[in-house]
Amino acid sequence: MNVLVYLLPIALSLGLLGLGAFLWSLKSGQYDDLDGAAVRILDDDDVRRG
Amino acid sequence: MSPAFDYSALVEKRPDGVSHLDLAVEGITCAACIGDIERGLATLPELDKARLNYTNRRLAVEWRAEGFDPVRVVSRLAELGYKAHPFEPSREEEIEAAEMRFLLRCLAVAGFAAMNIMLLSVSVWSGNASDITDETRDFFHWVSALIALPTAAYAGQPFFRNAWRAIRSRSMTMDVPISLGVTLAIGMSLYETIHHAHHAYFDSAVMLLFFLLLGRVLDQVMRRKTRAVAGNLLALRGETAVVLAEAGETREVPLKAVKPGDRVLVLPGDRVAVDGVVIEGRSSVDASLVTGETAREPIGPGAMVYAGTVNLDGALTVRVTAAAEGTLLEEVNRLVETAANARSRYLRLADRAARIYSPVVHIAALATAIGWMLLGASLHDALITAIAVLIITCPCALALAVPATQVVASGSLFKAGVLLQSGDAIERIAACDTVVFDKTGTLTMPQPQVANAAEVPADLLQAAARLALSSRHPLAAALSARALGLSPIPGGQEQAGHGVAAEWDGVEARLGSPAFCGAEAEAAAALAKDLDATVIAVRVGERRAVMLLHQALRPDAVDVVRELAGRGKRIVILSGDREQPVAEAARALGVAEWRAGLKPADKIAALEAMAAEGRRVLMVGDGLNDAPALAAAHASISPVTAAHLAQASADALFLGERLQPVADAALLARKAHAVMRQNLGIAVIYNLIAVPLAIMGHVTPLIAAAAMSGSSIIVTVNALRAKLPFREPAAEPQVTRGKPASPAVPPQRPARVAS
Repeated sequence: MNVLVYLLPIALSLGLLGLGAFLWSLKSGQYDDLDGAAVRILDDDDVRRG
Repeated sequence: MSPAFDYSALVEKRPDGVSHLDLAVEGITCAACIGDIERGLATLPELDKARLNYTNRRLAVEWRAEGFDPVRVVSRLAELGYKAHPFEPSREEEIEAAEMRFLLRCLAVAGFAAMNIMLLSVSVWSGNASDITDETRDFFHWVSALIALPTAAYAGQPFFRNAWRAIRSRSMTMDVPISLGVTLAIGMSLYETIHHAHHAYFDSAVMLLFFLLLGRVLDQVMRRKTRAVAGNLLALRGETAVVLAEAGETREVPLKAVKPGDRVLVLPGDRVAVDGVVIEGRSSVDASLVTGETAREPIGPGAMVYAGTVNLDGALTVRVTAAAEGTLLEEVNRLVETAANARSRYLRLADRAARIYSPVVHIAALATAIGWMLLGASLHDALITAIAVLIITCPCALALAVPATQVVASGSLFKAGVLLQSGDAIERIAACDTVVFDKTGTLTMPQPQVANAAEVPADLLQAAARLALSSRHPLAAALSARALGLSPIPGGQEQAGHGVAAEWDGVEARLGSPAFCGAEAEAAAALAKDLDATVIAVRVGERRAVMLLHQALRPDAVDVVRELAGRGKRIVILSGDREQPVAEAARALGVAEWRAGLKPADKIAALEAMAAEGRRVLMVGDGLNDAPALAAAHASISPVTAAHLAQASADALFLGERLQPVADAALLARKAHAVMRQNLGIAVIYNLIAVPLAIMGHVTPLIAAAAMSGSSIIVTVNALRAKLPFREPAAEPQVTRGKPASPAVPPQRPARVAS
């Protein structure tokens, strides 16, 4: 069962990565306008071609 | 010309040189508006950022350029067809936004920990039933401890803090047993881990935190949504004052920037935005929002005016005062304070439950420990069993029972047009058996209606309605509401204090004061018949007509009063107005019990008399004179058009012209209260089953986990029933021009679970 000694930390750090990503997205204000995000995705003209 | 608006008080200058301004935007109806507004503002090259928040209808703009005038943003938006109002987030809103982010972080951490620890725990449970080695189990327990300890320290903060506060103030809230349970569960598990035991309760402790945080986050989401709408409504009222500088020039500033001692100019037709003493000018005012009195009142220099009064005839210069001794405002403030103190003694249902629950559970745990020792168990085993009792009774379901119901009920009320302002409003409204209405502005519409529409030639009435669309005079709103589907007459110019004039089909059309339209004779004749009315005149070419504006009952007032009476509520009208109009309204509504001419203190006395009879009163009122009564009543509701102080004293606000939300609130509060009590009952039943098992020592971590999550889910699902029955949406459009009440409310959408 020695395999657990390194598999468990790997599994946990993957989870921590997800947690970190959520905290980052929270901090960068991605949950401030949920309704807006849902409809902005449908807007095709937001990238100006130059 | 209207004075330039001074935005400087609302622009936030950041240290990096960026200026930031928030605007509440009116008229956003669909997703395409986002692109319209943001691309439309891209034509202003000085702007660094313009981003619309579609959820709360607010636009954030930022710029660096010195000397950029944000008025250009507002006028550009007006060109695009949107009205924007400068907006300053209230302090409460900022605090709640920060609290929300903190709760979400806690929830994320607890969620991560709960999932990972559960993964390890399931391995241990299945291993215990088969062939796990002692080393592997210890390893898994130690990893669990490593995750659980920091998690509890971080994600438990909201509970630990509240519990500590409660203990220091010697009161009891649900947070105390929660904190105790979590701490003991983790401490005992750590001890057991060190001593290579088979069972550890890390998963229970962390899962408990996760469930409880979920409840708090949902609660906060609902509260923020209500507050954002209330904040927008406040901004849409556009409360500003025209301040006279020493040199005589005028500036329009947000209300917040007005200081006592400033001189404020109030044009005829404007709402007085401040409390103060008239130093120049003569006029008559409509003080119905302040005293409930519908008759106009003449005033001159030396008279006191209050915020919310409408100035009707002449320009006034007012010196702003803080509440001076002996004025109505001072009396009202004092009464509100006394009343609010008295009400803070109300004990919430959840706290009442906690008061009974905590001692029972703690004594049961103590009795378990002593009992097992008397039966000859070792100190260690006795203590472990006692702690298991505490863990299994840790009030997961009990702490979710009330908040989950509140979230669902306030979401349902939000859709019905009721914004709850205080957390325990639902419980208190539910207990009410008497409904006391104020008349003016509550049973009647906040704006006067045209009383003699039938006597005015139809084409003149239509012309008046279209002209009114170009006016921002409060009385014009009564007319412009009749212009549904019509467009304003092009070139309509408002002449402050007089009215609107425009060229129409080659002749001059005017709407405004009788003098402005040359209709003094008609006006005098009309006023002789109807003393209470306010007169507006219209002239097209040489044809003239006068319209009498009158307070009218809300369209559904009769039905709502009947509905409430039908549900066994006693209905009373307490008004500050004169006897005759009150008697008329009471007759129209079929209310037998009414009193007129009441001062704020009289209303409180009337409420106290009812309270002494053992009645619980729901007060519905809007005026400054109602504020003390709103604070003193068992529960209170205000229309959103109410005076500031009245709004602040009320437990809930309702939107729109209809009175139906009041009846809905009373109905739903009762239903939600029943669900809350039922939920508490479910929690008690759960404990009746789980506690004996725990006392006998049969509770393993697996049983604890299953029992806690099971009871939490049952309680949450039951809470979903606290909704209004589905009803066809009202036929009358909610959003009408010129009514500040509705536009900021997001469009109604199908129900979403607990959102």
